[in-house]
Amino acid sequence: MIETAATTAGTAITRTIDARGSYCPGPLMELIRAIREGQVGDVLAVRSTDGGSRVDIPKWIEKAGHRLVALETRDGFDEIVVEKVR
Amino acid sequence: MVDRILILGGGVGGTLTANLLARRLRRRIDAGEATVTVVDATGNHVYQPGFMYIAMGGERPEKLEKRERALLDKRVALVTGVVDRVDEMVQTVGLTDGTVLPYDQLVLATGSRILPEAIAHFEDEAHHFYSAEGAARLRAALDAFQGGTIVVGIASMPYKCPPAPLEVSFLIESELRERGLRDKTKLHYCSPIGRAFTIESVSEMATPILEEKGIELHTFFNVEMIHPDRKVIESLEGEELAYDLLILVPPHKGAQFLMDSGLAPAPGGWLPTDRHTLKVGERPNVYALGDATDLPLSKAGSTAHFEAPVVVEGIVAAVEGREPAGKHAEYEGKVMCFFEIGDNKGTLLQFDYDHPPRPPKPNQLWHLGKLVFNKTYFHTVPKGRV
Repeated sequence: MIETAATTAGTAITRTIDARGSYCPGPLMELIRAIREGQVGDVLAVRSTDGGSRVDIPKWIEKAGHRLVALETRDGFDEIVVEKVR
Repeated sequence: MVDRILILGGGVGGTLTANLLARRLRRRIDAGEATVTVVDATGNHVYQPGFMYIAMGGERPEKLEKRERALLDKRVALVTGVVDRVDEMVQTVGLTDGTVLPYDQLVLATGSRILPEAIAHFEDEAHHFYSAEGAARLRAALDAFQGGTIVVGIASMPYKCPPAPLEVSFLIESELRERGLRDKTKLHYCSPIGRAFTIESVSEMATPILEEKGIELHTFFNVEMIHPDRKVIESLEGEELAYDLLILVPPHKGAQFLMDSGLAPAPGGWLPTDRHTLKVGERPNVYALGDATDLPLSKAGSTAHFEAPVVVEGIVAAVEGREPAGKHAEYEGKVMCFFEIGDNKGTLLQFDYDHPPRPPKPNQLWHLGKLVFNKTYFHTVPKGRV
């Protein structure tokens, strides 16, 4: 797991979870662990090479009541940015 | 020089690896040029898939256990003891009793362990079928059940035998119908992910069966808290379900000493394993198989069963000073397991890294296949006869 302080769409990222190479549901489970460990207001970025993540993770974010900040396809991976709302 | 092969764990993976090595290296072992040693904490080999049948099928715990020594080839040494540490610098394994075992090739077949205590109130409120004791307790609770709400869920992923909670849900539903309690019972199935099962094709098979049986599916239900005062289970996603009988797959982790020895990362303790060679990290002489790995596969005896010949070929090749060759040179992710549907029907999940399962229509044959496999396991799998 890599911790960074980058910026996506003007939002400061608190923590980046590098789940590249992990298979479904690994990236989602990594995000859930980070959400549990984090504070309300934290902005978490998940990097995933599993194509299912760009569908599953936004659905989970909606169900769990958090905020999807961004979903970007980068060089060989997707980055999904979420704000912990509650 | 003697090639010392040390295998940690006397489950499916460790036992089968040891027996296949004894067969392949028979002459070298007899000539004193190689040794194969299994280290196991209890000296007993337990057929864990049978636990579910203690809860659901009248299985007896004593039928699920055999002395490890009786399953091992006579050329394999068995040490009963608890591993404390692996010291890679000097290639030794230390046991809690002070024994130090050197190795040239190390096989980590240390399985997974359950941690019900990691969730507050789990042990008082929830049932599981991941130990003989837990399964017997669940059986007693089912016997006493006269109607109400049953919630089946998964506390965290990964866990052993991925189909098991679905199978238990289906089997309970059948049992309740037979006992005339189905109309008095609500059944809920909670999945931590966005569908009923991790593998999409299996989910597509299982979801209509859940609907047909009137079992309500709750997706994205990650267990957050049990409220014993209200008999309610709450998810991280904010959903609450009331229960009269709560059945949860407990959290799982890899062996603690793997994390303590720097072989596996916390908090899960799963070994970073090459998906084809089954070597741990970049290490040339350390292998992992079965539940202990971080591979994106079922944590199941079947996985270890198909991985063992690859580990064996890797070790035999190293001993013989050549590259691994033949059909077991690399692991392709093969897994095969039976899947109970209830009403004496089952199906079969067979897949590898590149081919997802295409389960056949459930029928009696696959259910009977599973029962026969359970009854013959000790005579076939650990001894390398299938």
